[in-house]
Amino acid sequence: MDLRTTGEADVADLAVIGAGPAGMTAALYGARSGLDTVMFERLSPGGQCATTEHLENYPGYSDSTSGFDLAMKMHQQCVDFGVRTVTEEVTGVDFSVEPNLITTPFGAYRARTVIVASGATPAPLGLAGEDELRGRGVSYCATCDGNFFRGRDVAVVGGGDTAVADVIYLARICRKVYLVHRRDKLRATAIYHERLRELDNVELCWDSVCEELLTSDGAVSGVRLRNVKTDEERVLDVAALFIAVGMRPNTGFLDGDLELDQSGYVIADEMGRTAMPNVFAAGDVRVKELRQVVTAVADGANAATAAADYLDFTGA
Amino acid sequence: MSEVISSADFQSEVLEAPGKVLVDFFATWCGPCRMLAPVLEEVAAENAGVKVVKVDIDQSPDVAARYGVSSVPTLIVFTDGQVVNRAVGARPKQDVMALINA
Repeated sequence: MDLRTTGEADVADLAVIGAGPAGMTAALYGARSGLDTVMFERLSPGGQCATTEHLENYPGYSDSTSGFDLAMKMHQQCVDFGVRTVTEEVTGVDFSVEPNLITTPFGAYRARTVIVASGATPAPLGLAGEDELRGRGVSYCATCDGNFFRGRDVAVVGGGDTAVADVIYLARICRKVYLVHRRDKLRATAIYHERLRELDNVELCWDSVCEELLTSDGAVSGVRLRNVKTDEERVLDVAALFIAVGMRPNTGFLDGDLELDQSGYVIADEMGRTAMPNVFAAGDVRVKELRQVVTAVADGANAATAAADYLDFTGA
Repeated sequence: MSEVISSADFQSEVLEAPGKVLVDFFATWCGPCRMLAPVLEEVAAENAGVKVVKVDIDQSPDVAARYGVSSVPTLIVFTDGQVVNRAVGARPKQDVMALINA
């Protein structure tokens, strides 16, 4: 069936935007409760989970669990229960019409209920030249690009779990790793602190912010730091800067159709209910304290249940 | 599936190939590369005039080095053997199409 239509006949019961753990669980629960379900994803299914090398904190799975394999299993489960996946990026929505309108660069789709599970992506640091130098020494994925800097000196900026995990990974292959953090202590979980202390080729640069990317022959050759307490400056001669300064919710396509908090996350309750009665939010894109695979899948199940309840209630 | 080509075949499969060739420099252990894979399959299936090939940077480090690849995935578009465009990172289909058509 070609879903690209505005005809009444091809209106899905449920459209899920994003095929990470939250979206896939929402789609699974939706399809299992009998809803005609379509799921949109800009890349492969899996979201951030699929790019996680080892999941160590998903209950029931050992430390050798690959995030990609888990995501592929989740997706196969969706397919088995009749979910249709559309590999197109949702670039616009209109929740003021019934049924809701969803647009991609390749077509328009309609659905009676929508679950927004579009997740989050790594936030840029905001340095001049950062985007142009991506692939030439600026990276947001240590496990992807670390090997290109084998035996050289590199820096990581950030203070959370991702930043510290990146340092631990890079310390195995690089000569020296600097961790640049704007405060004097890390947000990362305690277990990472222990592993960090065991490494002798890591230097912590506390109270420091990156001010400038230095280049040579069009590639990163260093980073200029400023100490926020003393204003002292320092140049690290590094071949790469790995940026791990948190995430930014993927909500650009909503264009004001849903209410966001001041950090840009969709305001929705525990069942995923937004101010729009037929639109729900699940996973990292929703306001919440803890963003993990385990909380994402819980969100997905809740939101799909709320969507099914809405359709039952309205008899749509 | 798009073909993974060796260093030895790069000359004939890319540099001497007529028209547009999209080369995906990837690694088997790279998450974003795997995220990009189904997008490239769709681009290949839907665009008869564009050849899509893959270069495994671990198998062909010489080719990766020649084109200054220091991040995966890196996409490079060749027209009649000349580099005309490149981009780094996993991106959706419309971005890949824009890269090819630029």
